[in-house]
Amino acid sequence: MALLNYTQQKKVGRVVFHIVVVFLCFLMTYPLLYMLFSSFKTAQDIFQHPNSLFPQEWCFDNYPNGWRGFGGVTFTTFFGNSLFVTILAVLGQVASSSLVAYGFARCNFKGRSIWLAIMIVSMMMPAQVLIIPQYIMFNSFGWINTFLPLIVPGYFGYPFFIFLIYQFMQGIPRDLDEAAFIDGCSKYGIYIRIILPLVKPALVTSLIFATYWKWDDFFGPMIYLSDVKKYTISIALKMFTDPTSVSDWGASYAMAMLSVLPVIILFFCFQKYLVEGISTTGMKG
Amino acid sequence: MAQSAVRPAQGKQQNFSFSKFINNENTVGYVFIGLFVIGFLVFTVYPLFSSLYYSLTKYDGLSAPEWIGLKNYTRMFTTDIRYQKSLLITFIYVFTSVPLRLIFALIVAMLFKNGGRVVAAYRTLFYLPSVIGGSVAVAVIWRQLWGYGGIINKMFNAIGLIEGDFSFIASESTALATVVVLAVWQFGSPMLTFLAGLKDIPVSYYEAAEVDGANGWQRFWKITLPCLSPVIFFNLINQMISGFMAFTQAYIVTRGGPNDATNLYVVYLFEKSFTSRQMGYGSAMAWVLIVIVGIMTAILFNTQHKWVFYESKGGK
Repeated sequence: MALLNYTQQKKVGRVVFHIVVVFLCFLMTYPLLYMLFSSFKTAQDIFQHPNSLFPQEWCFDNYPNGWRGFGGVTFTTFFGNSLFVTILAVLGQVASSSLVAYGFARCNFKGRSIWLAIMIVSMMMPAQVLIIPQYIMFNSFGWINTFLPLIVPGYFGYPFFIFLIYQFMQGIPRDLDEAAFIDGCSKYGIYIRIILPLVKPALVTSLIFATYWKWDDFFGPMIYLSDVKKYTISIALKMFTDPTSVSDWGASYAMAMLSVLPVIILFFCFQKYLVEGISTTGMKG
Repeated sequence: MAQSAVRPAQGKQQNFSFSKFINNENTVGYVFIGLFVIGFLVFTVYPLFSSLYYSLTKYDGLSAPEWIGLKNYTRMFTTDIRYQKSLLITFIYVFTSVPLRLIFALIVAMLFKNGGRVVAAYRTLFYLPSVIGGSVAVAVIWRQLWGYGGIINKMFNAIGLIEGDFSFIASESTALATVVVLAVWQFGSPMLTFLAGLKDIPVSYYEAAEVDGANGWQRFWKITLPCLSPVIFFNLINQMISGFMAFTQAYIVTRGGPNDATNLYVVYLFEKSFTSRQMGYGSAMAWVLIVIVGIMTAILFNTQHKWVFYESKGGK
């Protein structure tokens, strides 16, 4: 190092930093790359060279083969189910959460602080411990093997999103409300005309998180859905890739790849919102 | 405030008109948070208490629950050896995966604290696993990577630690480690909170320390860690709770096995409640889990004054 002066040392340091980090990036994303490239391998290739990242020859049959699904049900159905459940649940979660958040952020009603505390505590309430009584309850409603248990609870606000949107609303100056109030706008009008347009970033963040969690949800569909025709993508993929029955690994990789593709695309399009959302609420992703 | 909301045009003579009622501050508040109140009572409070009742019964979800008192609870801690093992494994899982995840998150956050577009791209790639890590697809790939003749197997062959084919997933001593590594791999969200926290530390602190002759290591221990401690505390609570709730990955990668080596609490709870349909017993397990998580959270909250520094209180 004595041969190098200070600026040269700095330059070398920077190059070393980038080499190390690029290598780490490769390690971090390796499982994804493995999934992507394996989905283009032939069955023979997967068997003979399971650990070479790139295919010996590129094979595109895995996608149409996998799409045929199992039990006479194609992946069109599974993706359709996931899309249906995700869209309805996510819209409900975000719309209801923004209403509740406005109530907490801008209304001075009796019992506000108590309910706010309850909301924050219930954010920490793990959903899995309530699954048995909820199952029994939904069973008595006749909701088993329907999408309703996966969709309806979202329409009553989701504490994490309530908190996220609430935090964002706190940052909007109250002068705006007061100006609108003097002009004769009611609290309802202020919500629709003033606050809602301003909290759009928080709504987008919530929308994306909600989409991820719903799309990836495995526990809920596994408990509530028993008919193959009603399977969402996560549970269909679990069946499709079961090690005891699977024969076509290429097709499994292809469908696994397709199942995460929407999430990855959303991530790259909206990562700015995600980073901000996590940073402002400090919550888990 | 609310009274003056009634505009002269509507006010007229009837002062307790509908418009006055609906614009009353209390009414408005409960109109907006009403959905949450209903949802909380129906989907949280009622299930919470009904599961307390079920936990004192023998119940298969079909026939009427049969009252058996505390038997479910005593069975858990006296005769159910699988339960006790599951509890132990869950604690090991939480106490390894959570600290490791936070340490990695902090190291990477410090590495990527400054920098332009290239560093932002690195951050994105490091965050990507956390976005898809919970999916079934990743669990399936994990099984391949750590299984017989998988890439991890080959790497251990290459450095001479293992000879021949070895499955980390099928071996009782290593199965839990594969699930822990999978959890640690997803350190993206604590990384982002640490990044936000690091940016909030005033540069003047570091400058002052440098003037006083503090080296990098000292600056880390005396400035970075204390200033970051609220964020660490927050992450610790969140990660601890989600650690106790881990299910999908252990369920798909290892199916709780081999020989219950990865039979995490919720995996076992699911098996008992839905596969064996012992919903009374499952409810008792759920209640014990609530109590455990509650105690752990209380411990963290009660020890925070010893190591968490809040600036508003004068800090240290």
